[in-house]
Amino acid sequence: MYAYILRRILATIPVMLIVAFIVFSLLYLTPGDPAAVIAGEHATAEDIARIRANLGLNDPFLLRFGTWIASIMQFDLGTSLLTNMPVSQMIGQRIEPTLSLMLPTLILAVCIAVPLGVIAAWRAGTKVDHFITVFAVLGFSVPVFVVGYALVWSFSLKLGWLPVQGYAPIGQGVSRWFQHLVLPCLTLSSAYIALITRITRTAVLEVLQQDYIRTAEAKGVGRHAILFVHALKNASVPIITVIGIGVALLIGGAVVTESVFAIPGLGRLTMESILRRDYPVIQAIVLLFSISYVLVNLLIDIAYTFVDPRIRY
Amino acid sequence: MSAIDTSASGFLKETTRYPTVIAGAILLGIILLIAFLTPLLSNTDPSYIDAARRAQPASASHWFGTDMLGRDLYTRVLYGAQVSLIVGFAVAVLSTIGGLAIGLMSGFVKAIDAVVMRFMDGLMSIPAILLAVALMSISKGSVTNVIIAITIAEIPRTARLVRGTVLSLREQPYVEAAVAGGTRLPTIIFKHILPNTLAPLIVQATYVCASAMISESILSFIGAGVPPVIPSWGNIMAEGRALWLVKPFIIFYPAVFLSITVLAINLLGDGLRDMLDPRNAQRTTSR
Repeated sequence: MYAYILRRILATIPVMLIVAFIVFSLLYLTPGDPAAVIAGEHATAEDIARIRANLGLNDPFLLRFGTWIASIMQFDLGTSLLTNMPVSQMIGQRIEPTLSLMLPTLILAVCIAVPLGVIAAWRAGTKVDHFITVFAVLGFSVPVFVVGYALVWSFSLKLGWLPVQGYAPIGQGVSRWFQHLVLPCLTLSSAYIALITRITRTAVLEVLQQDYIRTAEAKGVGRHAILFVHALKNASVPIITVIGIGVALLIGGAVVTESVFAIPGLGRLTMESILRRDYPVIQAIVLLFSISYVLVNLLIDIAYTFVDPRIRY
Repeated sequence: MSAIDTSASGFLKETTRYPTVIAGAILLGIILLIAFLTPLLSNTDPSYIDAARRAQPASASHWFGTDMLGRDLYTRVLYGAQVSLIVGFAVAVLSTIGGLAIGLMSGFVKAIDAVVMRFMDGLMSIPAILLAVALMSISKGSVTNVIIAITIAEIPRTARLVRGTVLSLREQPYVEAAVAGGTRLPTIIFKHILPNTLAPLIVQATYVCASAMISESILSFIGAGVPPVIPSWGNIMAEGRALWLVKPFIIFYPAVFLSITVLAINLLGDGLRDMLDPRNAQRTTSR
């Protein structure tokens, strides 16, 4: 097993390098002078020259890529075009709210979605199943910001139960932190819950048709044991796969959720950087999120060996 | 495989067994009609600014009210349908063509496969919306650039699907027979492989279409999408954001239209998936 885990970890390195290469070369894929686009319409020749120098556009491509990778290894993600601050410092200031949003959302979504999917599969074809399926299709169709505004409108504006917007750092008290995160987490989890519920339902439904489930029923194993031990365990590979893949939804959704709820996290920083055309910051955030996504999926790959001992490749 | 009737009347009869296809198609049909008939449904200019009537609630002259500049929301939301549909369909078509080309090549040519699929894996590791954001932040805001950015982000998934289908089809006895019989590669691809990848591709294209519409609205919403002068649903919502605590209706209308459109396409996709899945066809006919 350790050999497998080691192989998976080693296999991740080239993927990360490719991701870094793609993120790096995006700047050169677009037609025209990227420095001129970033500088905007009213830029002077000096502005453009300054941006060219900051982005290192004057050196040969591979040399730039090499120096870029080398500086990333030392946690140097470049300097902001606007504030001249190190990008890593800007990201460091914004990372807590984003983690506070994404980690609880991930846990909440899995705790809601997996049981929902199991119930839908167990009750396949009944009203309960239809209800859950409709909910899942809706959750997948209604965009994140629409969910967010609908929740704020009902729970904050009409009922006045929760704060409308903003973020309270966990250091200033857990209860305030929690209150500010309830609606953002619910918002962000909607599409993710829908996705996991659908896959869980399909996977469990397939397992429930297997002979060993009938055998378990025949020998008198209880319903809960059949569903959550026999069925869920055997259906867990596609489910944990989609939990990993769905993190991409969470990352994209966090950008939107943070802007709806005015949470000063990485998503909000992305949006601010788009408006200011601060490309080094955008590039660093895209790289950071992508590398995290690769690492999450590495963990998922490793988790396979625990739920399914047959997996060895 | 006689379970699937491929004639037009058979297709229609088959459709009636899948109510989600019908529901999705009807909803989408209504949105399409709205997009095509926009000039008939409203004779107001979507960018006409009436400074005296800013952020007014719904009335007889402004059915959905007006936005913060006094523009007619009803007209703007109708025009927004065009942007969403154009982006959705264009991305669906382009990413299908691109994904098909890349997937077929990787499925048949081992040398290409190794390089291209590693590259696709890398692309897929970048969350789609962030890839589009990064691309849009270094290009000029336009509908075409939004379409290109979202297409690049969507292609890897389609390419992967096609490649997977091709690899499993290549092992089929009828393809091996064709190869053994000396059939030329283009004939094998177009006559034996392509028709069998169509069903999953169509389903995939509907999902890509729905996801592209959401991506477009997100991009416009965060200021990396189509230019603000174009009334897209994302732009209308972005403009409504400043006033939304006091005038939530400005965000409400485009939000409802966007959700219904995406829902319609997802319903269509889910229905088509069940309908085109040969396992389901056999299950329903054996009853």
